[in-house]
Amino acid sequence: MPAPLLRLSDVHKSFGGVRALAGVDLELHRGSVTALIGENGAGKSTLVKILSGVHAPDAGSIELDGSAVRIATPVAARDLGIGVVHQECLVFDHLDVAENLFINAHPRRGALIDWRGMQARAAAVLRELGADFTADTRVGTLGIAQKHVVQIARALVNESRVLILDEPTASLSQRECAELFRIARQLRDRGCALLFISHRFDEIFELADRYAVFRDGSSVGAGDIAGTDRDRLIRLMVGRPVEQLFPRQEAVLGEPLLRVENLGRAGEFEDISFSLRRGEILGIYGLVGAGRTELAQVLFGARRADRGSVSGAADIALVPEDRQGQGSILPFSIAANIALPNLEALAPRGWTSARAENELARQWIGALGIKAQGPAQRVQSLSGGNQQKVVLAKWLARKPQVLILDEPTKGIDVGAKAAVHAVTSEFACAGNGVILISSELPEILGMSDRVLVMRRGRLRGEFPRHEATSELLLRAASDA
Amino acid sequence: MNLRAYRNWSEAARRDLKLAALTAILLVAVTWKFPGYAAPRNLAGVLDDTAILIMLALGQMLVILVRGIDLSMAANLALCGMLAALFNRAYPGAGVLPVLLLTLVAGGLSGAFNGLLVWKLKLPPIVVTLGTMSVYRGVIFLLSKGAWVNENEMSRGFLEFTRAQFLGLTTLAWGAILLSAAFIVGLRYSRAARNLYAAGGNPEAAAYAGVDPGRMQFMAYVIAGAIAGVCGYLWVARFAVAYTDIALGFELQVIAACLIGGVAIGGGVGSALGVVIGCLFLGIIRSSLPLVGVSAFWQMFINGVVILVAVLLSARARLGTRTILEAPRT
Amino acid sequence: MTAVLKRWESVLGLVLVAEFVLFASISPYFLSVDTLSDATFNFTERAIVALPLALLIIAGEIDISVAAIIALASVAMGLAAEQGVGTGGIAAIGLGTGLAAGCVNGALVTLGRVPSIVATIGTMTLFRGVAYAVLGDRVLKNYPESFALFGQGYAFGPVSIELALFTVLAVAFGLFLHRTRWGRAIYAIGANPVASEFARIRVDRYRFVLFAVTGAASGLAAVLLTSRLGSTRPSIAQGWELEIISMVILGGVSVWGGKGSILGVVLAALVFGLVTFGLGLMNIPGIVMSIFTGTLLILVVALPALVRRR
Repeated sequence: MPAPLLRLSDVHKSFGGVRALAGVDLELHRGSVTALIGENGAGKSTLVKILSGVHAPDAGSIELDGSAVRIATPVAARDLGIGVVHQECLVFDHLDVAENLFINAHPRRGALIDWRGMQARAAAVLRELGADFTADTRVGTLGIAQKHVVQIARALVNESRVLILDEPTASLSQRECAELFRIARQLRDRGCALLFISHRFDEIFELADRYAVFRDGSSVGAGDIAGTDRDRLIRLMVGRPVEQLFPRQEAVLGEPLLRVENLGRAGEFEDISFSLRRGEILGIYGLVGAGRTELAQVLFGARRADRGSVSGAADIALVPEDRQGQGSILPFSIAANIALPNLEALAPRGWTSARAENELARQWIGALGIKAQGPAQRVQSLSGGNQQKVVLAKWLARKPQVLILDEPTKGIDVGAKAAVHAVTSEFACAGNGVILISSELPEILGMSDRVLVMRRGRLRGEFPRHEATSELLLRAASDA
Repeated sequence: MNLRAYRNWSEAARRDLKLAALTAILLVAVTWKFPGYAAPRNLAGVLDDTAILIMLALGQMLVILVRGIDLSMAANLALCGMLAALFNRAYPGAGVLPVLLLTLVAGGLSGAFNGLLVWKLKLPPIVVTLGTMSVYRGVIFLLSKGAWVNENEMSRGFLEFTRAQFLGLTTLAWGAILLSAAFIVGLRYSRAARNLYAAGGNPEAAAYAGVDPGRMQFMAYVIAGAIAGVCGYLWVARFAVAYTDIALGFELQVIAACLIGGVAIGGGVGSALGVVIGCLFLGIIRSSLPLVGVSAFWQMFINGVVILVAVLLSARARLGTRTILEAPRT
Repeated sequence: MTAVLKRWESVLGLVLVAEFVLFASISPYFLSVDTLSDATFNFTERAIVALPLALLIIAGEIDISVAAIIALASVAMGLAAEQGVGTGGIAAIGLGTGLAAGCVNGALVTLGRVPSIVATIGTMTLFRGVAYAVLGDRVLKNYPESFALFGQGYAFGPVSIELALFTVLAVAFGLFLHRTRWGRAIYAIGANPVASEFARIRVDRYRFVLFAVTGAASGLAAVLLTSRLGSTRPSIAQGWELEIISMVILGGVSVWGGKGSILGVVLAALVFGLVTFGLGLMNIPGIVMSIFTGTLLILVVALPALVRRR
């Protein structure tokens, strides 16, 4: 085998004491697509940020074409020939496609921008890629798939030798995916080294010829796709024995608490029907972009449904996916955060009482084992796991009947994970209902009494606890 | 022009076209009623009246494009105007060129001060320029000791420069025309200007492309300041008086002209042509009010209505809302 | 350094004491009750608007139209007075006009989804424009004699009605913001409107009400100011919006939202008023004061940023 174009050895990275990468290795070869596989929190996005010059590694080496390189800035990454197709589409909506490809590098004639030349060069690149839009199109009018193509074209213009595709297919239709893959193969055949990050195994087997698996910030396996299969990859990905982490107590299921019928919201999800019983933890599994978060927000009441109905439980609480942006007020103290949705109870006549708030906070700090100096500590100075416990506490303090958890353990450490799971289980056993949304198979399998699988905004399967397996869920969640 | 091409136009270009059409209709309507209005001499007068607004609005536009705002613009203008008048009083024989240079540099420095605070300390533009607005006004008072500099204290060359005519247009009008042309061409054909749009439209993506959004903000403030500085001299010479309160509150008219001209307060969107047309639109309204027998006092009311209609229409088209106060939360 | 900055109010308190000492040493008359009572007229009207505006800025919004609302309300009162409306009616019209104007702002921001700075630049021009359009260069001064009470009368002893009103309102706003759950919601909205929405706070309703209250307070300021001056010109309260906003920011309210206290705003108002008055005592024109204000304004936001960079 020839020497790899890009080689990472023993790369470490921590953020404020939380280890994101604990010594990963990765090799990318010319003319080859390497799939990077791992659960959420395995360290994939940290790796992408290191390769694109956003973060510097704490330790380890990066070699490009045999010589050690430092990727200090995004511009350095670009100049080294590393292109990134960002999941969140870093493009300029108000500018046209051609200019998006050439920003800060506009071709000039003398001191003036050569618009015609730029259009022509952009058009040539787009033609080469077989893009279905023209160079003078305003990028804001393009769809997400097309914006990905714009980012790929930008990488081409920059003569990138390494191209990172960061979950580009998460919100694409099948046809758009096929189009993207055609372009990716074209780049591969020109000698580019591609890194393809995806959760969908059928896509991985379709596009990639090599794989690398990360788990908990470490490399746990790499090799040729041809010599492996889906089950082996899943085992590598999940790794640990599932039971240990998930202390799900057997609950006695009671009468239905919540009934959802034909719920739908244009462009997000449709035809969702299910019911939730007392004591039940209902898992909802699916890939990113399947419509789960949107469904959770409609159930909670943050957005309205276009169709269908939700009946039953009076008080529904939501621990949202984005705990910093949606779940908590970072500059507020722990006490103020926990008090926020409970102010009507804590201040029935309007007057707030610091004592009552601190009392409530202390109670929950103890109950959930929140590691903090006291109720007055600001939430922004807590670790991710403890922040999440505060978010849980503020809703549990309301004594809701139904708790919706949206990716409750994403990016938090193992200890906090176990604590969140224990609290969830206890809450359900007390006769309440839990809807657990997660992309982590072990979590779904370990916690749920019943699992619903969502794909592209629809329910695609229902599995009771004893029938659900990783393979079944994954198959139902990805396009078969 | 077919419909598809029109759809492909940038938002700014489409708005420019609509605004130009509206302005043309306005012009035709006024001329219909008052045939003398469209006479070249009269139109030249309207342009002369609107010239300073146009120049200031072009500078302000750059600042708003990169998600800033410059409330100190009128104060900066007044400060540099006073500097020009005092310099002229001290050296009446020095001619206009040193005055232009002085105001250009002084205005640019004032702008640079705003820009540095916004760039290096990441301070909110609205607070910074609110503060410098007060400071600049106070400094004028200290410089002039509260006294006016009157026409009889200004040299003839100083006064006549703005009024001199060339091809039927005043220097002032030519200044606005040349600056507009420079902006229309420059904003399209200079790489720095395109980076400015990029930085205002998506700062994160711009940073990935090696454009420092903070540095772009700094540059915008410097240019806006320099324009305000030169306009200070032009203002003082045109109205033949300098005192602490000249152009008081004019910054808001300038911002209004930008909003009418289609500059989005959220940054990244706006065209020089739109801003110029927006200013002309306001200028035509102002100059035709006395003709239709409406007192000039209605001007401000009409400005207000126009601004509100413009922002309500653009708010409907906008996806997310972003107030100027929203922090770049890190 | 950071400990001091954390208590911005203590810095303001020190400045206030320093001002007292300075002015007392300069002018023997300064510490007399009459002088101090006079001094309060310098800031109470503005400070009354600063109170609700502080809440609005804490909630992450801004209202630039406050001075224009004062002008609009004053014109409405002047026209009413011309029609022979009585003192009570005039005051009610002033308050009502302010409230209505505030509701327009609130509707533009919550229903129209226009960013508050843009919306209120627009309404500022509109409201002031109406004042000019209606009055032109006329002056309205047919106010009944009893109308002078609000801006010139005294509640008890040397305490003017204006000062008494401001004191009552400051205590009320302070209690509301710092001691009630609605006040807490205002902080939460300013710190993170999305998370507040997710905590079941009706963010837009708060925004609307805050704009309405700010409008009503501007109407009240119009009553006091018009009563004190005894006349209405369309240029009344020109430039006040910036002084009022400066007062709020000087009081330690963060323009990023989510931070600030009523005590700080009250102290800032006092600092402001005393400096203006003291400068008058020393025969220094008020415009020089703007250098002080402007510099302080920038320092207030720059100092924490500088400390952060270390």
